[in-house]
Amino acid sequence: MTTFTTKNKTAVLICGIAFLNLSLFAIAGEMKNGEEKIPTQNQIEIKDFAFNPQILTVKSGEKITWINRDEEPHTVVSVEKQFKKSTALDTDQEFTVTAGAPGTYTYFCSVHPKMTGTIVVVKS
Amino acid sequence: MSDYITHDHEHDGIDRRGFLQCMAWAGSGLLWTVSGGVLASKTLAEIAKAADPLPATDLSFLQISDSHIGFSKEANKDVTATFKIALDRINAMSTPPSFLIHTGDITQLSKPEEFDTFDQVLKGCRTKDVFYVPGEHDVLNDGGKLYRDRYLKSIEAKGSGWYSFSKNGVHFIGLVNVLDLQAGGLGQLGDEQLEWLEADVKDLGTSTPIVVFAHIPLWAVYPQWGWGTDDSEQALGYLKRFGSVTVLNGHIHQVLQKVEGNVTFHTAMSTAFPQPAPGTAPNPGPLNVPSEKLRSVLGLTSIQYKQGKSALAVVDSNLS
Repeated sequence: MTTFTTKNKTAVLICGIAFLNLSLFAIAGEMKNGEEKIPTQNQIEIKDFAFNPQILTVKSGEKITWINRDEEPHTVVSVEKQFKKSTALDTDQEFTVTAGAPGTYTYFCSVHPKMTGTIVVVKS
Repeated sequence: MSDYITHDHEHDGIDRRGFLQCMAWAGSGLLWTVSGGVLASKTLAEIAKAADPLPATDLSFLQISDSHIGFSKEANKDVTATFKIALDRINAMSTPPSFLIHTGDITQLSKPEEFDTFDQVLKGCRTKDVFYVPGEHDVLNDGGKLYRDRYLKSIEAKGSGWYSFSKNGVHFIGLVNVLDLQAGGLGQLGDEQLEWLEADVKDLGTSTPIVVFAHIPLWAVYPQWGWGTDDSEQALGYLKRFGSVTVLNGHIHQVLQKVEGNVTFHTAMSTAFPQPAPGTAPNPGPLNVPSEKLRSVLGLTSIQYKQGKSALAVVDSNLS
């Protein structure tokens, strides 16, 4: 997995849409103002000291964004150091990575290591 | 105190009733004394009314914890102000403590400016000697380098920052259990630190009073919320032979106490914000209380040692 962070906050209604390409993400980014916060495709919400969804399946090349909804800082750290770790995310801060090679990637919060999650990357 | 532990389902020395009693007392301040394994208590108000002051002791020191400088959310929008109030209380003590112990989470986000604010405010404290252990909030992004550079300058620390020292015949041990945490686990001391601990106490006589301080509790307070340390049993195993061991922790922002053999475990209040009692909220995050009640759930802990007495007296007082 390669990594980079983004300030974009995306909010898009997902109703059974399985796959979104990057251009759709860009559109979603423009739709954010004044809209209710509805989880986007490939967004992992950190809330109540848990990653939700705990297991997320994405296609190689897709972006994955974590957003912290707790008042406590959290981090996203690959257990096997397979992708760059986040810095501490304060409330409403985000961290984004781009899914790399197909495989299973486990991660945890290094501040609260009871918090764990899994990303499953499949072929695009 | 015979009714303190009536239902010890978890074999952890505390039941719900005892826990709630403990929490009720925490709000009003309490003197804990332990003699021969029996706990006795007085409220701070009772002590204040007594004609005689607390007996002179050979050593008194103070624990402050979880100042979280930089936190500004609903639970306390001015943690610097409440930290100052705690220092005012220390400055007002008729017998100043010999030194302070800060049991971690100095800052909220390990930012240099947060450490700066803490240091600046602390300059107003009459007691100048402070011994630190880090909380997970102090080592968020750099493995604790900034913390160590600032707070371990005058101490000969090992590894990621653990150390020991002796004062007035009491052996103090500062442990680090917030670094290199493993996925799915709790707080961790690690093999290198455990080996050091074993060697550190090896030549001490069993009558030497021991005070251990670390951020995350060294007993299983509530592992579901990460309130415990995976390898604390091993550490405590090295201390079993001693007649008096006092374990001081922070992290959970509330007073909890457990006595196990000659070991007294004690967690301190925060000077910043309270956290919920174990299992009473969806998560262990900051607990919002009415602003007029906030200071009653923040506080500090005074510890007194008198030579010849087997146990140390531990007194919690709030900031009301």
